[in-house]
Amino acid sequence: MPTALDWLRRRPLLAYALLAALLIALPFLVGAGLGRGWVRVLDFVLLYVMLAIGLNIVVGYAGLLDLGYIAFYALGAYLFAWLASPHFGLHLPFWLVLPIGATLAGIFGALLGAPTLRLRGDYLAIVTLGFGEIIRIFMNNLNAPVNITNGPQGINLIDPIRLGDFSLASPVSLFGLQFHQPHLYYYLFLALTLATVFVALRLQDSRIGRAWAAIREDEVAAAAMGIDTRNIKLLAFAMGAAFGGLAGGLFASFQGFISPESFNLMESIMILCMIVLGGMGNIPGVVVGAVLLTVLPEALRHLGDWQRAVLGHVAVDPNDLRMLLFGLAMVVMMLYRPAGLLPSRQRQREFAAEDGVAEQEQASLYDSKA
Amino acid sequence: MEALLSVDRVGKRFGGLAALDNVSLAVRAGEVYGLIGPNGAGKTTLFNCMTGLYTVSAGAIRLAGKAIHDAKPHRIVKLGFARTFQNIRLFANMTALENVMVGRHICTRTGVLGAVLRGPASRAEERASRTRAQELLAFVGLAGRGGGLAGHLPYGAQRRLEIARALATEPRLLALDEPVAGMNPSERRDMAELFLKLRDAGVTLLLIEHDVKLVMGLCDRVAVLDYGRKIAEGTPGEVRRDPAVIEAYLGGEA
Repeated sequence: MPTALDWLRRRPLLAYALLAALLIALPFLVGAGLGRGWVRVLDFVLLYVMLAIGLNIVVGYAGLLDLGYIAFYALGAYLFAWLASPHFGLHLPFWLVLPIGATLAGIFGALLGAPTLRLRGDYLAIVTLGFGEIIRIFMNNLNAPVNITNGPQGINLIDPIRLGDFSLASPVSLFGLQFHQPHLYYYLFLALTLATVFVALRLQDSRIGRAWAAIREDEVAAAAMGIDTRNIKLLAFAMGAAFGGLAGGLFASFQGFISPESFNLMESIMILCMIVLGGMGNIPGVVVGAVLLTVLPEALRHLGDWQRAVLGHVAVDPNDLRMLLFGLAMVVMMLYRPAGLLPSRQRQREFAAEDGVAEQEQASLYDSKA
Repeated sequence: MEALLSVDRVGKRFGGLAALDNVSLAVRAGEVYGLIGPNGAGKTTLFNCMTGLYTVSAGAIRLAGKAIHDAKPHRIVKLGFARTFQNIRLFANMTALENVMVGRHICTRTGVLGAVLRGPASRAEERASRTRAQELLAFVGLAGRGGGLAGHLPYGAQRRLEIARALATEPRLLALDEPVAGMNPSERRDMAELFLKLRDAGVTLLLIEHDVKLVMGLCDRVAVLDYGRKIAEGTPGEVRRDPAVIEAYLGGEA
């Protein structure tokens, strides 16, 4: 209803209050309507929003295609597991482990960025893809001679987020409502997701964000403006990776268990898809993309039940069908909304730039003629 | 008088081809210096050597006494030497104002923390940046057009925007690579006016041009390149009478 939206737009305070109320009530609405399992899905939605926003800094803002992003998620998760689980017998508090994880991931982001600075487009994508796989394979094999990662079995019994006697893992009763573990994590994740959205938005509209956009548009011209393209690219890699590391630490403590298979290439690609589907470079778009691509696959898990209800038997494996529908959705999207569901102003122009291209061609014609 | 930019016996080879051979020239502070020569004479090559896109094979380039021939492009800009491009290289999908604000990068210092927290200092800096960018747009004759997309501006305005963007780095020396290419005579006159206005504002100009008439009318001194060598240097009057120049470049025209 556009009229209702317009009405709200003129009352931003009310709109924000309604949004806040909705976000606070959401786990209970979802829990009551769809079952407690969906509250967990909600938690994962928030983790993926954080990841997508982090990757968007690298891909959407700075234009550097990174196919190994999940490696930073893995680093954050493993660091949390090492510093807060019986695996090494360390139980450091989360407020120490999470920043360390984000910092470590950021450092690795810069380390990955450094040798790949000269690469662009496809070549960069291939190197980052390799990096993602290397991290996963390391995690899979670093159980001998010294057991660091516990190999494919992964690390178990990771500490929940805990402050004094209060743990997010044990249910709490408040105002007559039962807050279970997924509910409690939801509020933590929500706060941190809002923080990452805030940081990403502020960065975009700043000197740094403009420098990223400039190297995305034309690296040579950006350097001619005095922008140190090396440092500013490394900064994009490090910032994006730090967001990934933070999300990884949260994931580890939420699940209580991590293993290398959670960090495969498909995950990197999924996060990239969230950005592309939602609208590269545009935070609302990225959030929408992350929500859709986390919720839809969960909803499609019930394809088997639906087939049984309609056909009386399962004709196509629900998992295959899920991927098929997903692929189809991506193809349709690229055909009809190539700039994403909610494209940024900039991407919109790029994709609608037939006249722009004509102008550019005209310009180069002028130059060669003169 | 101390030269602002001195090019000292510079050579540049691409494989077996000597694009520049033993080229020396000196641009003095406050003047308009023209670099002309026929197609393929090595003008743009020299230009790219000076601005750090190419590394020289021999010789040295100094800006106010500091060697810049080994420096990265962004370092050279920081030393006060800005440039435009022969094929306009604007950030086409950013607005005109944003383009100029990118040029403010080196004159500002807000980091990640400042950008996120947006304290009074970074807010003031952002405001100052915007104001300066608007001033520069007005200076080049694009007042009120900052909100439009750079790529959608007409050709002549794009050239002007590129100049405004380069000026945003507050250069002492501004090098323009064929800034009037593809313009009609009245647009060329307007651009020439802008160049004089720039000189009067205290910016030393290095002009690389095909348009001999414009260069001769505008420049204090001119150097002529041919086949990678400097064949003449002097005031427009001297150069115009130079037999080597007439032979190589101006032909029967002079």
